[in-house]
Amino acid sequence: MFLGRVTGRVVPAVVYPGLEGVPLLWVQPLDQHGRDQGRPFVCADGTRMAGPGETVYWEASREAALTLTPSFVPVDHAVVGIVDDVRLDIQDAP
Amino acid sequence: MIYARVTGSITSTINHPDMDGRRLLVCDKLTAEGKPAGGYVIAVDTVGAGPGETVIILDEGNGARQILARKDAPVRSVIVGIVEDSA
Repeated sequence: MFLGRVTGRVVPAVVYPGLEGVPLLWVQPLDQHGRDQGRPFVCADGTRMAGPGETVYWEASREAALTLTPSFVPVDHAVVGIVDDVRLDIQDAP
Repeated sequence: MIYARVTGSITSTINHPDMDGRRLLVCDKLTAEGKPAGGYVIAVDTVGAGPGETVIILDEGNGARQILARKDAPVRSVIVGIVEDSA
């Protein structure tokens, strides 16, 4: 799993069955220090509670599809949870 | 498996049910020589790893679900060992 910041939403007009009502969020992937790393992507939100500006942790591939019920809804990125706090005990020089 | 060092942890209260009560550790990936390899991964801890410790991480979903005994857990990265020595 990896960190990400929710930066927006995508509202679909038509979706594949199983994706009805599933929030689709714009997520900017982050490195472990919370810095932007890589390009934003559209992420299904299994928690249905993540909002813009929040830090989340997400997973890709089959594990992403498992976050939604009934599982195997066709998604390849999904929010697994909303981060309350990231604590880094070891601070290497970046 | 991924060779990594535990550098921190994350806390979360709103999450997938299978994540409840799990220790989620931030792990920096290491080269075989033990140097930072640049990437990181957040892994579920099953062996009581602490900050600074070098660990090995399983990075495959079926194995992860087997370890967590949850057939639908959205997890693929699980810490399965704490390294004593590596040469």
